[in-house]
Amino acid sequence: MRRDIFQAIADPTRRAILGLLAVGAMTPNALAEHFQMTRQAVSSHIQVLTECEAVRLEKNGREIYYHFNPSKMQELDLWLERFRKLFEDRFDKLDTVLKDL
Amino acid sequence: MNIVTDPSQKTLHITRDFKAPVEKVWKAWTDPKILDQWWAPGPWKNTTLHMDLREGGYWLYYMEGPGGEKHYCRGDFESILLMDSIKYLGHFCDEHGKISPDFPAIHWTIRFLPKDEHTSSIAVTINMADPASLQILVERGFKEGFTMGLENLDRVLATREVLFA
Repeated sequence: MRRDIFQAIADPTRRAILGLLAVGAMTPNALAEHFQMTRQAVSSHIQVLTECEAVRLEKNGREIYYHFNPSKMQELDLWLERFRKLFEDRFDKLDTVLKDL
Repeated sequence: MNIVTDPSQKTLHITRDFKAPVEKVWKAWTDPKILDQWWAPGPWKNTTLHMDLREGGYWLYYMEGPGGEKHYCRGDFESILLMDSIKYLGHFCDEHGKISPDFPAIHWTIRFLPKDEHTSSIAVTINMADPASLQILVERGFKEGFTMGLENLDRVLATREVLFA
């Protein structure tokens, strides 16, 4: 199954991970310390996030760092923006219709 | 207009005030002759084929794009409270109203709230109960825009807007 950004944010733990990584890149160990769950559970969330490209992995020496990918999150903003425009358009028309009613 | 999503983006809440008493807004929303004048966004045109405003009834309509393309939708009414609220399950369908199994249903709730005798407030809630709904909708439209190239994005987005009809 293809992954997308909506799957990334569908889960509260993944949203929390994104929130932490948005502040700064983290190693798997540092990240896992923030959660009351097994390292394995955290890393499976990370896997979804990397498949969605919301998070990318970078090696720095021997350490792996998780980085937040802000451009992926802009997809969400754009989506919501289009949705907003659709309804603004629709409701502006309704304004006009109501004037003549 | 105010639009907010829940954190998982499965539900959208839209609120908007109108300079008309709630009776008029209700009429504009439920009388197909009036509804057809405003429901379709932008250059799209709305045509209601069937409107049976009662629990168990349905609204069948299509939107026609500037290029003549038609998208058929139907809403199956779950509850109607006169001048208070409308709940329906929105589907994509064919011209006979046969529901397309490819698209997940979307729950709509429209609330009509009187503010004073000249003003009313409308609250629309759109819920994609199945988390896959949004994914399918997005994959059908929005994401294709990126893979096909930006020149097609407007066309795709126009189609996708209709998906939320």
